[in-house]
Amino acid sequence: MASTAMPATKAAGPGGWRLAVLAVAGAMMLVNLWLIFAYVPTEVSMGVVQRIFYFHVPTVEIGFVAFFVVFVASIWYLVSRKPSADRLAQAAAEIGTMFLTVAIIMGAIWAKKAWGTWWIWDNKLTTTFVLWLIYAGYLMVRAYAPTRAQAARWGAIIGIISFLDVPIVYAASSILHPAETLTTEGGLEPAMRLAHWFSFFAFGVLFVYMTMLRSGQHHDEERIDELRRTTIE
Amino acid sequence: MSRYLRVVLAIYRKDAQLEARTRETFTAMAVFAIAVALIFNFAFQVNPRNVALVGPGIAWAAFTFTGVIGINRAFIFEKDRGTLEGLLLAPAGREAVYGGKLLGTLTLMLIVEALMVPVFLVFYDIALLSWWFVGTAVLATVGFAAVGTVFAAIAVHTRAREVLLPLLFLPIVMPVVVAAVSSTASALAGEGWSGVARWFSLMVAFDVVFLVVSSLAFEFVVEE
Amino acid sequence: MDRRQETRPAQPGLAIEVAGLTKIFGRTTALRNISLQVPWGVAVALLGPNGAGKSTLLRAIAMLARPDEGTVRVAGVTRGHDAARARAALGYVGHQPLLYDDLTPEENLRFYARLHDVRDAGARIRQVLADVGMSHRATSRVRTLSNGMQKRIAIARALLHRPAVLLLDEPETGLDQEGLALLGRIVRGVADGGATVLFSTHDIERALALADRVALLRGGRLVLDASRAAADAASLRALLADEAEARR
Repeated sequence: MASTAMPATKAAGPGGWRLAVLAVAGAMMLVNLWLIFAYVPTEVSMGVVQRIFYFHVPTVEIGFVAFFVVFVASIWYLVSRKPSADRLAQAAAEIGTMFLTVAIIMGAIWAKKAWGTWWIWDNKLTTTFVLWLIYAGYLMVRAYAPTRAQAARWGAIIGIISFLDVPIVYAASSILHPAETLTTEGGLEPAMRLAHWFSFFAFGVLFVYMTMLRSGQHHDEERIDELRRTTIE
Repeated sequence: MSRYLRVVLAIYRKDAQLEARTRETFTAMAVFAIAVALIFNFAFQVNPRNVALVGPGIAWAAFTFTGVIGINRAFIFEKDRGTLEGLLLAPAGREAVYGGKLLGTLTLMLIVEALMVPVFLVFYDIALLSWWFVGTAVLATVGFAAVGTVFAAIAVHTRAREVLLPLLFLPIVMPVVVAAVSSTASALAGEGWSGVARWFSLMVAFDVVFLVVSSLAFEFVVEE
Repeated sequence: MDRRQETRPAQPGLAIEVAGLTKIFGRTTALRNISLQVPWGVAVALLGPNGAGKSTLLRAIAMLARPDEGTVRVAGVTRGHDAARARAALGYVGHQPLLYDDLTPEENLRFYARLHDVRDAGARIRQVLADVGMSHRATSRVRTLSNGMQKRIAIARALLHRPAVLLLDEPETGLDQEGLALLGRIVRGVADGGATVLFSTHDIERALALADRVALLRGGRLVLDASRAAADAASLRALLADEAEARR
């Protein structure tokens, strides 16, 4: 095995780590489901539907963390020009967008059940939605870029500008709708708080796993391009 | 610094000379702004009772969409004949090219916005003009041009150059649009500084952050 | 006219220094590990079949393309912090004339003179227009000029600020006989005045007639870099033909 080829051993390294993270994510997710559906008491006023909170809020939170990762990786890429930084930025943006998409859909379902409306233009929902739109644009620019190098540079610029825009978007929508309609954290019982934080970390590990997987795929794409370049010769 | 200013002004003068000769971008923007105002008139059934409510929104929707056209044009004509390369050969940092293109777009947008003020007065009987409105227009338009110029330089190099700019631009400038609509409404209501203060500071923050970041980022946009 | 006054006096060091330059576009490698050193006061012809990387090399030296590996130094200045100073020393004629259709040649040159802070711009513009034989069309819009005329204006544009390093990418494209003769005089005039010219061409005879040195690119590699005395038309043709053979 050691003598066969460099690429084989190279691929085994991150692959092994990935499996370990997947195992942790899977185990945490099982515990998470038990906590959410069996351990946590049913909320009095909203009833059983409130349990979606333990999926919805952590996925939003991980979505925002993802775009912080994009921001840092983008700066890192522009400074160092390391392809690995760009792969991380792209993967985090893709997985982050997926988390936000799921979160927005779950939020709408919850809102319909709890308040009788799918959507409220309050500051948090508005910011989340604008962020989602911005990153849809980010992914489109990357898809339309003629070369991978351009996709990386433009993605990095948009990743930085977008992240800096988030607090301004939040400020604007907060002035517009000062009433905080969706504050829930303050009134949580200890058991609920535990379930929320555990779910946050469970989804966090899942996010790490998926980002590793995706950035590994981008790495493979780059290596295929490289092989084509060298074999055409 | 003087090298920076020299290149900024050279690009600005060249764009002004071209636009004065062809009036292509200006005409497109002005007609488009009026068309948007017309569509909104029928979409909202504007009348004297609701005009104070929907007027500022219509104005800024028109200005925002018009801005997209102006910003896009500024780079499309440079790209089509390869002259963008000529700008990149300029003996200054790329931020000077950014500054020159931004200044040109900003001027055109402000001219169109100024021309729309009498249009709104005639069609909607809404007197936008006040010092607070002028301040709003300048702050918001600087914000539009600051991020729009970078995004247009990116979009123009892609296959989807016409659609990519609005896709990137509109969500990013959302806070500016909110601020511009709100402070225009409060200027119309005669609320003075207390009404616009928060919105002005928000727009100033946006402008400063993105003028600085975009100047720095422009180099990475145009390199090959 | 004494063409030696056209250009800046020679500076110490090398005019162009390319070391280990590699440029990748997506799935193709345009340039592989190119190293090239060009002193002051010479004209270098860059030969090579289509797609050999001539334009990419010129663009990299003009600091329009960023190397993926390696460094480019022009007049002792590398890209990065002082790229502006390197660009001030560069004149570049690419495949497109970089002119605005709705401005006249004079207005176009006036704009580039402002970019480069050319002193006494009016007189300088008249002079470069005369050098390329375009004085009579100085005030027509570029739109109304033929490709060959636009090429001449593009050459005038590149000469405007008396560049120390002049880069010409297949400058003969579109030029008529008179234009080709003008081009030859300009290339020799600039090089003899102490500045350096690097021009790409497909014309082996012209390369040998004008250049002090000949470089040949093939498949993104520099396969020959020799003085004119050491290169002859037959061997250059053989090197180019090899490539055609290899591709078949």
